[in-house]
Order: sequence, then structure tokens, then C-alpha cells
Amino acid sequence: MIERSPFFDFITYLAMAFGALVVVIPFWITLVAGSQSLQEVSQVPISLLPSSHLFENLAAAWTRGDLGPKLINSFIVAIGVTVGKITLASLSAFAIVFFSFKARMICFWLIFITLMLPLEVRIVPTYSIAANALLPFQVILDTLGITGLVQAVSGVQIALNWNLLNSYTGLILPLVATATGTFLYRQFFMTIPDELVEASKMDGAHPLEFFFDVLLPLSRTNMLALATIMFVSSWNQYLWPLLITTDRANFGTVVMQLKALIPAQNGTPDWNVTMAGALIIMLPPLLVVAFMQRWFVRGLISRDK
Amino acid sequence: MAQITIKGVKKNYAKTAVIHGVDVNIEAGEFVVILGPSGCGKSTLLRMIAGLEEITEGEIAIGGTVVNKLEPRERGCAMVFQNYALYPHMTVRKNIGYALKVAKVPKAERDARVMKVAQSVSLEPFLDRRPGELSGGQRQRVAMARAMVREPKVFLFDEPFSNLDAKLRVAMRSEVRRLHRDLGVTSVFVTHDQIEAMTLADKLIIMNAGKVEQIGKPTEVYNNPASRFVADFIGSPAMNLFEGEFDAEGHFVHGAGGRMNVSQLNGVRQPGRKVVLGVRPEGVRRTGADTHGAIPAVVDYVEELGASRLIHADANGSRIVALDNDSAELKSGTPVHLSLADSALHLFSLEDGRRISH
Ligand SMILES: Nc1ncnc2c1ncn2[C@@H]1O[C@H](COP(=O)(O)OP(=O)(O)OP(=O)(O)O)[C@@H](O)[C@H]1O
Ligand SMILES: [Mg+2]
Repeated sequence: MIERSPFFDFITYLAMAFGALVVVIPFWITLVAGSQSLQEVSQVPISLLPSSHLFENLAAAWTRGDLGPKLINSFIVAIGVTVGKITLASLSAFAIVFFSFKARMICFWLIFITLMLPLEVRIVPTYSIAANALLPFQVILDTLGITGLVQAVSGVQIALNWNLLNSYTGLILPLVATATGTFLYRQFFMTIPDELVEASKMDGAHPLEFFFDVLLPLSRTNMLALATIMFVSSWNQYLWPLLITTDRANFGTVVMQLKALIPAQNGTPDWNVTMAGALIIMLPPLLVVAFMQRWFVRGLISRDK
Repeated sequence: MAQITIKGVKKNYAKTAVIHGVDVNIEAGEFVVILGPSGCGKSTLLRMIAGLEEITEGEIAIGGTVVNKLEPRERGCAMVFQNYALYPHMTVRKNIGYALKVAKVPKAERDARVMKVAQSVSLEPFLDRRPGELSGGQRQRVAMARAMVREPKVFLFDEPFSNLDAKLRVAMRSEVRRLHRDLGVTSVFVTHDQIEAMTLADKLIIMNAGKVEQIGKPTEVYNNPASRFVADFIGSPAMNLFEGEFDAEGHFVHGAGGRMNVSQLNGVRQPGRKVVLGVRPEGVRRTGADTHGAIPAVVDYVEELGASRLIHADANGSRIVALDNDSAELKSGTPVHLSLADSALHLFSLEDGRRISH
């Protein structure tokens, strides 16, 4: 749509400027507050101009929130989730789009249904699985009476237990399943012309060779776009890490530490340190988005030939 | 080089049958063209040979081995697709060499073979470009090089030139001919362009609605069409076809009571027999009114072809087209007299369209 009227241009710019303002103001306030001293930040109304205490505040937040190890944890989890999601999403979409097996539509709908079941909804069962990942098998064995049988015969009681609480596996695995990712890939894979698939068959390529040699290179931009979204969203995870890590010192993530940075009820209201901490915590996803945005936009709006 | 035997092959998609039993023998080294109107099942047949489509019933053997259950890569066929189907992210070199890479051919040998094939279709200057940076004709040549590099037993082409302009098509046609002469590989070429078919084929297979109508040399198919469909389909301008029957005197009666003297059809002129009489436009000539058996007609319009022209006329309610070399001006509505060349008559049964020999 191309409109050439000065009035319309004006309205467009106005809307864009407003949108930019709405997005930028919270960041600006965080930055400003993070650079002020305790006195400055306590003034009402707060000043909207930055001050000179940024680095002391950053240092204070760093030690108070134990941000160093927590950042590493966050990186491990976010990268683990991103890699896992991309692997799972691309492989499941590959199966759904390019193979005609009997259960294909069932698989498709099962994945589709999980769209309606985000982690928050199924958090209790997910937790109980995380507490013992082998629980479903135990239940199956119990119901089939195998446990009782084995105990009667050998005297050994089968008690399967694999605890994922307080582990990277537990932090990562439940977040890896992603219907959204599968859909994004499915959408992209369906635009691949059939002839390309057939050409690779005629060339004698194994399906996995087709996947790695043709499909993945062609979906590089999509993959980077998806990786960006995944990274940011798993970095921002709060509820799940909070639930599954009781050993905060070793397995806490930075987003959980935000809570630790908030001044206590009757303590010193040093919001400047909190804001400085927030700055540190949101920096990695910001950098990732800034660095990836070129591919991000390309991956979502077009395909390179 | 391998011979291909197709025996009683049928294809159903879900419940709809699209190929109703095809039997064809393709000799080793032969260049076979499958020709037919759109939707008649040409591609389906080709894809069953390639292994891209399952065979519902019947048997296909390549070089003596039944391939029904074999994967495409085990059949030794290479295919050239209509839309080139090149890998967009690979250079020409990688596109051509991909099959060899997959087959784990060592890099040095791979490069040498790619280079040799690229030379044979004049692609060396473009080896490091991507398909997106090539013209349609160059892309088609890459597709052909990709098929050739594997040194397959069989080449399969599915309307490879239909995206090219007329001039390039002619050039590519002779290129394919040359490659076939040099390599001698059994080739099956699908097209719906009859000039392409006539010029390329050692053997022509005419298909219609999932059935084979006729198999034969191009000239054979042109001169002795086995059915009304083939007669109508092959040849441009199309053959004149008149539906009608013989009367008691042995004249052929057509249209609104027009009569033609067809004494050369002596043996088959049973009165009342319903037939279709066919004659190519080049078998219809203008004559004087006093010629024996001349058919009176009225000119409808004249189509200039440069060296000759086509007279479209109405003969007693039947449309008739004649090839004419005379340059005298003919206006619409002019009465003319036409005669049919003796040797050029074809006769088909009205009922099932099969040829009636005479
Ligand atoms: N996947 C499919 N499912 C159902 N019907 C199909 C399928 N593929 C092809 N057909 C049908 O089979 C018939 C033959 O198709 P085919 O592609 O072989 O025709 P064709 O002779 O190659 O035509 P064209 O010259 O247009 O390429 C058509 O009627 C088509 O509708
Ligand atoms: Mg076709």
C-alpha cells in the first residue's frame, strides 16, 4: 500500500513516534534510575536525566544478586532450551511435512493441542514428572502388575526414580517442547517445492541428507529468527525455574535474582541498585535481538532464494 | 543403457484411476517421447518409472530388473524436471556434483566429472554461480548436467523446455538430440508439444486419458494414425474429420447432405456404415468445377502462412480446411471446388474411433 498524502504521512509518523516512545520510556527510566544515587532516586517526582553513579550501582547489584554465576546459569538454560527447541521443532516438522506415515495427522494434532497447554497450565503434572521423570513408567508397571510380580519372584521392589529437581536437565527439558516452533518450521517446509524433494531423491540422497544438505541451509534465516525468539523467551522464564530450583545458590537464574534485588519491606529503598541489576539482566537478550534483528526480520517476512 | 519394460501398469490415486493399463517396450538406447494432452497421465507414467510414484498394479522393469519396490536411487534413472528443481543455495558446481557427493565419490574424481559434464553443455563459466544468477536456458542446462553426471542407465525428462521461449526451445532440442547421440542413453521424454515430439522421437507414444493410443515412429503415427484421437491430435493444422456414412451408391454422405466421391475406399463402403473420414489439409486441393468428384464449398476465411495458406471453407455444413499454394485472392463467401487426394484418406469407426484399414 503506497499512500502519498502529507496528512497521512504525518499520522503515520505520529503513530510510529508514539509507539517508539511507549517502548523506549521504561528502558530509559531503568537506565536513569540505575545511574542515580540513593537520594536522587528517592526524590518525588524522579528526575528523567541520568546521573553519574551507574558503575557503583552496577557493582552493588552484581554482588548483591550474585549475578556472575547466575548469568552463567541463565546462559546455559537459555542456550540449552534454544538448541533443544530448534532441534525438536525442525525434526518434528520434517517428519510431519515430508513423510506420509499413518499416524501423521494424529501426531500433527497432538502437537497442535499442546499449543493450548502452555507450561503454566500444566505446571503441577510437569512438576511431578520433573520430581521423578520415570514416574509414568512406574505407573505403567504398577498397573500391569509387573512390580508385584517381580517382587514376588525375586524379592526386589521396582522403584524407578530419576529426580530432575535442581538440575540443568530439569530446567531445560520441560521448556524444550514447542508447538509454536514446529508450526513455524512446518509453514516454512511446506513452501519448499516438491520438485526439490524429488530432485534430491533422484540424486540418491537419504532423507537425512536432504534434511541437512538442502532443508537446513534453506531455512537458515528462519532458524535464526526462531532462535532469537526462543532465546529471549527462555531467558525470561521465571515461574518454572522458581518452582524447580530449591538450590538457588547453584541453580538460580538471573531472572529469579531480580526478586532478590528488590529492596526489602523495611530496608533501604535503594531502587537505583535494583534498576542497575535489571539493566545487567536484560542486556543479553537485548544484545541478541540487536545482533540478530537483520536475520530476524528477513526470516519472518521473506525467504531468500 | 538399459531397456525398459512396462507391463500392465495401472495407477490409482485413492479411488480415481488415472492410468488404465499401459504396456510399452523401450529398447536400450532408444529415445522415446510420450505425447498427449494435459492431464492424460504422462507425468504419472514417467514418475512411476523414476520411482517417485507408487505403481498400483503391473510391473516396470529396467534393464531386466523389476523395479516396483526399489527406491529411486536404486533404479539408475536421472530426471530433468520442468521447473529445473535446482538447489537454490548451492553453486552450479555443487548442484551438479551433489549426486556424486551423496554417493561418496572422492572429491578429486567428483570435480573432474563435474568439469567434464559442464564442458559438454558449455557451463564452465558459470560453475561458481548460484541458480538464481542464471538465465532459464542456463538453469535447464545445469539440470541436464546434473542428470548426466551420474552416468545413469536412463534419462527421464518431464516437459523440460516448457518454461523456455520458442527460440531457446529449438536450441535445447538439438542439444538434447546431440547428447543422446553422443551418450546413447535410453531416454524417455514427456511433452505436450508435438513438434518437439516429432523431431526428437525414435519412438512416439501417444497417450490419452490414461491409455496408450498408439506407439510407433513419428512418421508412422503421422501417416497411419491408429485412432480418431491420434489423427486429430497429431499434425498442425489438424486433420479434417467428417462424421458421416456411406450411401447405397458408395458415396460418403456428411454434414447437411454433402456427398463425396471416395471410390478408393472400395472394400469398406457398406451402405449405412457410420464412419469418420479423415484427410489432412495438404490432401485437400482447389480444383476446377468440372473435375470429377469435386466438392463444392464456400470460403469462410483464409489463413496466410507466408509460403502457403489455409483455406477454411464450408462444404455442405461440414468445415473443411485446405492447404493452398495459389496466391489468387479469395474473399469470404467465394465459392470454390475442392478435391481429395487419393492416397490421403483415413477412415475411423464412429463407434470406438479405431482405424478402419482399407
Ligand atoms: N497426487 C494426485 N492425486 C490425485 N490425482 C492426481 C494426482 N496427481 C495427478 N493426478 C491426476 O492424474 C491425472 C494425470 O496427471 P499427470 O500429471 O500425469 O498429467 P500429465 O499428462 O502430466 O499432464 P500435463 O501435461 O498437464 O503435465 C490428472 O487427471 C491429475 O488430475
Ligand atoms: Mg505433467
